[in-house]
Amino acid sequence: MTSLETYDPGDFYDELFASPGTPRPAAAELVRRIQSLPFAELQRRQDAAQKMLFKLGVTFNVYNDNQGTERIFPFDVIPRFVPYSEWEGLEKGLKQRIAALNCFIHDIYNDQKIIHDGVISREAIETAPGFLPACKGLQPPKGIWCHITGTDLVKDRDGSWYVLEDNLRCPSGVSYVLENRRVMKSSFPRFFDALDIQPVDDYASQLLEALLNLAPSNVSDPCVVLLTPGIYNSAYFEHSFLAQQMGIELVEGRDLVVADGYLQMRTTKGLRRVDVIYRRIDDDFLDPQAFRADSMLGVSGLMEVYRQGRVAIANAPGTGIADDKMIYAYVPQMIRYYLDEDQILQNVPTYLCEDAKQREYVLTHLDELVVKATNASGGYGMLMGPHSTDEERAAFAEKIKADPRNYIAQPTLSLSRVPTLIDGQFEGCHVDLRPFILYGKEVYVNPGGLTRVALRRGSLVVNSSQGGGSKDTWVVKESTC
Amino acid sequence: MLSRVADSIYWLNRYVERAENVARFVEVNLNLLLDTSVAGMPQQWQPLVTTTGDRQLFEERYGDASAENVLKFLTFDSAYSNSILSCVQSARENARAVREIISSEMWEQVNTFYLWMKEAAENDYSLEQLYSFYPEVKMSSHLFAGVTDATMAHNEGWNFGRLGRLLERADKTARILDVKYYILLPSVKHVGTPLDELQWISLLKSASAYEMYRKRQRRVSPEGITKFLTLNSEFPRSILFCLLQAERSLHQITGTTMGSWCNNSERTLGRLRSELEYMTLEEVFDIGLHEFLDKLQTRLNTVGEHVYEDFMAVPLTS
Repeated sequence: MTSLETYDPGDFYDELFASPGTPRPAAAELVRRIQSLPFAELQRRQDAAQKMLFKLGVTFNVYNDNQGTERIFPFDVIPRFVPYSEWEGLEKGLKQRIAALNCFIHDIYNDQKIIHDGVISREAIETAPGFLPACKGLQPPKGIWCHITGTDLVKDRDGSWYVLEDNLRCPSGVSYVLENRRVMKSSFPRFFDALDIQPVDDYASQLLEALLNLAPSNVSDPCVVLLTPGIYNSAYFEHSFLAQQMGIELVEGRDLVVADGYLQMRTTKGLRRVDVIYRRIDDDFLDPQAFRADSMLGVSGLMEVYRQGRVAIANAPGTGIADDKMIYAYVPQMIRYYLDEDQILQNVPTYLCEDAKQREYVLTHLDELVVKATNASGGYGMLMGPHSTDEERAAFAEKIKADPRNYIAQPTLSLSRVPTLIDGQFEGCHVDLRPFILYGKEVYVNPGGLTRVALRRGSLVVNSSQGGGSKDTWVVKESTC
Repeated sequence: MLSRVADSIYWLNRYVERAENVARFVEVNLNLLLDTSVAGMPQQWQPLVTTTGDRQLFEERYGDASAENVLKFLTFDSAYSNSILSCVQSARENARAVREIISSEMWEQVNTFYLWMKEAAENDYSLEQLYSFYPEVKMSSHLFAGVTDATMAHNEGWNFGRLGRLLERADKTARILDVKYYILLPSVKHVGTPLDELQWISLLKSASAYEMYRKRQRRVSPEGITKFLTLNSEFPRSILFCLLQAERSLHQITGTTMGSWCNNSERTLGRLRSELEYMTLEEVFDIGLHEFLDKLQTRLNTVGEHVYEDFMAVPLTS
């Protein structure tokens, strides 16, 4: 199909079309504008956009590739469309969720009221690999733990949004949001004239403010750094990009040292004190004294300096507990417990394999469910029931029985689709959405977020490591449509 | 500035300069060959390997110093850390680690250089094609230096880059002069013949010095050329010029006034520079050209070590 007029949304929730030839009312103006361009012209702009991204060096590294090859994250020019009225609800829901999760993390590393009040069992928390006993009693600056969050959202067949996972450790992808927008502005300037698209460009300023917010008040010119694992990390481009956009130093573990009770960096003029770290390495690697002794990426003694309040770390160590997929199931209870509110954004119904009754249900319905390891991310370690073979299900059943705490199951969602240019025609492709939320003086949600799209025909997997691509996400105010 | 960042910019520039100079060595020899066949002299590739200082490694890996082996070793051998390919690859790795510090034009240039080299390494080049290959390497390096000067603020990082480039160039000009010493050795009887003059001319050309030399000295003579490539303070590939400029960068980094010193880098580089400044050609030949160049290289290495100790390997208590 090289024309949207004959595009068939199929048996899915399509975000631009209600039925063949009938755009959703809010998206009608956008569809009309896309249709006004000949297909060949769209294709040409698509190719130009890809070239521009490559030239800008918006790339990710492929693991296990000793050539250090970088690839671009495939990009599609048909934008993801989110009506502003829907976005307002998402924004509210995300703010609520982050507030509750922050309370939760602070609570379980300090007073553990939620355990004492019987909302979550001690066992559920302490068996989570993301729970770090070394963080007990920590009082991070301003009581903020999760400064940067990238929550994964999906839209189901009936058009309602669900939270898929929370990602409170070091979520990546925001550089694509910013660079995709830059490319779209030069590819379709007139669309931006005609539609009231919410801007995303203030992300770097907001992030810098959120980081400066953590600096000790007696330091007049705080030194903020971004800690990267180095050039071989798959997200190195993003680390370098964000450091450049904020004008802060990009450092590796070997640049840092603890001296005189402070965290310092080695400069050509001697040691210089560091006040705030935006770290892009996992908790486990932060400090070989406190966590993994074999870590070459972190700084020995960092946690002690942190405990003394002499350096701030974003995100705080220990936030990984909230990424555990079993803890995820308790977020609605957290919202009620800490905020005394009902959740605005829905969780996907989740079966905990640890519970004997729920496990029984999971084991007898493996062909309908998606089973996930509680501590994995990036689309690894999961079973897609409806697309699995008997052998795969049998193998997974054994894994679940052997280690029930490590598995949860959810009904298979039918992810919404958006028309996408594939092989010279329009094709409906499944998408998800990762908005980025910053917790500074206030909670800020960057309008839109990263839309990942599954570019393999019929695939539901949107991860960059497994054939996914991205789209620019447009939050559009209706009044102008 | 972070020590690691200074180190990366310094080595980024050294490696680009090194790649260029390896191309220059090879080019001298390729050009000499064209004439020696006329004069009935045997082809000499061994001296080239000797001047790199990696002769032992070469013999272990290749054995026979044939044209093919030597060209492969110096140009495309990814397992040899000073081959042109390896230098460009190391330059790019260093650039990647400081992408947010250098200008995007610099990154693009070094990235393009690398991609081109990598593609060239995958092709089989005939000797004929190689004659146009090495000038391309030189041009890519010049482009990088030019882009750096024109797009990066001339700040501390830039000065570390210039320091690296010029220390490397001083070392390599010394080695290029030394190639002639090794080529002459087996056949002293050729000294002063027309062939000898051809060899000196091609040596000048390999340092892009021929035209500038003619303007200044007119007659080609071993004395004149040695003086021009070591003690001239205006020609950008002469050793003294390199040291003068390197020293200027060093002092801009530290803020110490010229003529004084605050660390070993400044002291050793300043002493070396002033010795050359006040040296006569007679003194060079009294020491012996080869010995003089050899000592010079050792002292340049010492300067490099001090730069590392003074700026990159910052001790924990300072």
